Amino acid sequence: MIENRPWLAVLSHLVLLVGVAVIVLPIWITFVASTHPGEVLMQAPIPMWPGDKFLENYALVLGAGVEDAGGVPVGVMLLNSLIMALSITFGKIAISIIAAYAIVYFEFPFRMFCFWIIFITLMLPVEVRILPTFAVVANLEMLNTYAGLSVPLIASATATFLFRQFFLTVPEELCEAARIDGAGPFKFFIDILLPLSRTNMAALFVILFIYGWNQYLWPLLVTTDESYYTIVMGIQRMVNVSEQLPVWNLVMATTILAMLPPVIVVVGMQKLFVKGLVEVEK
Amino acid sequence: MHKKVIFRHRWLPYALLFPQLAITIVFFIWPASQALYQSVLLEDAFGLSSKFVALENFIALFEDPHYLGSFKVTIVFSVAVAFLSMGFSLLLAVMADRVIKGSMAYKTLLIWPYAIAPAVSGVLWFFMFNPTVGINAWLLRQMGYDWNHYLDGGDALLLIIIASAWQQISYNFLFFLAGLQAIPRSLIEAAAIDGASPMKRFWTIIFPLLSPTTFFLLVVNIVYAFFGTFGVVHATTDGGPYGATSILVYKVFNDGFVGLDLGGSAAQSVILMAIVIGLTVVQFRYVERQVEY
Repeated sequence: MIENRPWLAVLSHLVLLVGVAVIVLPIWITFVASTHPGEVLMQAPIPMWPGDKFLENYALVLGAGVEDAGGVPVGVMLLNSLIMALSITFGKIAISIIAAYAIVYFEFPFRMFCFWIIFITLMLPVEVRILPTFAVVANLEMLNTYAGLSVPLIASATATFLFRQFFLTVPEELCEAARIDGAGPFKFFIDILLPLSRTNMAALFVILFIYGWNQYLWPLLVTTDESYYTIVMGIQRMVNVSEQLPVWNLVMATTILAMLPPVIVVVGMQKLFVKGLVEVEK
Repeated sequence: MHKKVIFRHRWLPYALLFPQLAITIVFFIWPASQALYQSVLLEDAFGLSSKFVALENFIALFEDPHYLGSFKVTIVFSVAVAFLSMGFSLLLAVMADRVIKGSMAYKTLLIWPYAIAPAVSGVLWFFMFNPTVGINAWLLRQMGYDWNHYLDGGDALLLIIIASAWQQISYNFLFFLAGLQAIPRSLIEAAAIDGASPMKRFWTIIFPLLSPTTFFLLVVNIVYAFFGTFGVVHATTDGGPYGATSILVYKVFNDGFVGLDLGGSAAQSVILMAIVIGLTVVQFRYVERQVEY
């Protein structure tokens, strides 16, 4: 605080409270809607306080699913999302860390060329090459498989950069000492570099898990079989039901379930999340 | 760019790079080159034959009022999302930087929309603005405005702008806060001693010093609005009514998968690639410049 201006402090808190309200109210309204019986949500104004159907609604969507969405139980979609998010996260971390290791610690022909090929992926998000990528996955017969959901999203320039950046800060003496003691490239990587990278991997885990969980367009393209639907893209089927009103209480229960896992990760690992976010963008 | 102490090994570095490179080539570079290739071909309706048409697909696109309309919608949309989200986040960050008590609590409460998928954010706001049951639509009706994003293109566009901007608030907030905390206190204290009011200090010292962060976020937000908001549109308005919310990434999907226009979709892909490459270059130029000083 530079100078004492009480009215300014009050104003600051007021503005922040408005900000918090803007962030929290939509979630609150969603949560409230998910705890009421369907009839209450047929006409505005809808209640602002939770109802008594919390357990029933959530049990219904988790176990049986909403019939108009083809009746896929949300439990199945949650599991699919989890499998996809974790495969993407671990896949990205694994292939990026070894690629960065090769680029930083080895001298070999075409090193810069390989680096640039990886770099290019930054410029080609799925959204700009939808059809041909879909064709590749279809030709490899990976539609409606977990591999099809995750493998094409595993390549990552940002994770490779992050590890490269981190390896460059590891003191040279460490590698020198390891080599004098007779450690080969495998031993050095597993016994020294991997343990040192633990914090970076954890920070990256948070960011990548959210990225993987929140994928929308890709699962929409590669899954036609309902048993492979992920929850984030599955909601859309419940909202856009043809010729009738969406079953709002169940849709909102599904929405809450869809946002819960990544929100828990962010709030639970806040420090790592902020670190990961800042590092990835550097 | 690499270590002085290095390993030499004939095949190990290639083996280490293999998974990353294989996936990149199969799922990134090959499809992108296919898009380039298809964009200069015209396929017949049955997909049996195709002929080389040079830039005809592109010319057709830029003569198509729907595509030009989509371009216009995308620009309005991304500018609105960037300004709305960044403006609001900057205000919150400046206030959070000022308060002493409870700043951690505010931070925790403000960061978690980052974890919410754009599509889910779209559904939240879609529900709140739903003409029959939505609380916001109801409030607007009490004030005499008949909100209906199913029929009114302006309402629909505003809906996806709000949903997209809301999802991005926490990201912008975190970076603005980090930027503000990096400004030396002594500068602000000196200005305060010279009698500059908080408002004046903000516009003459804080805001200019924050400009690298602002510029970085501007690029990130534009990229987000262009490429990250497909879910918002697809889950809510489906590009409608009458194309009012058909942003470019939605159109490339719709023309390719629903309309099955291969050449046109590929040409759109190529244009989008050019836009991403342009934005990425701008971003990296800026990053390099920042590293220098």
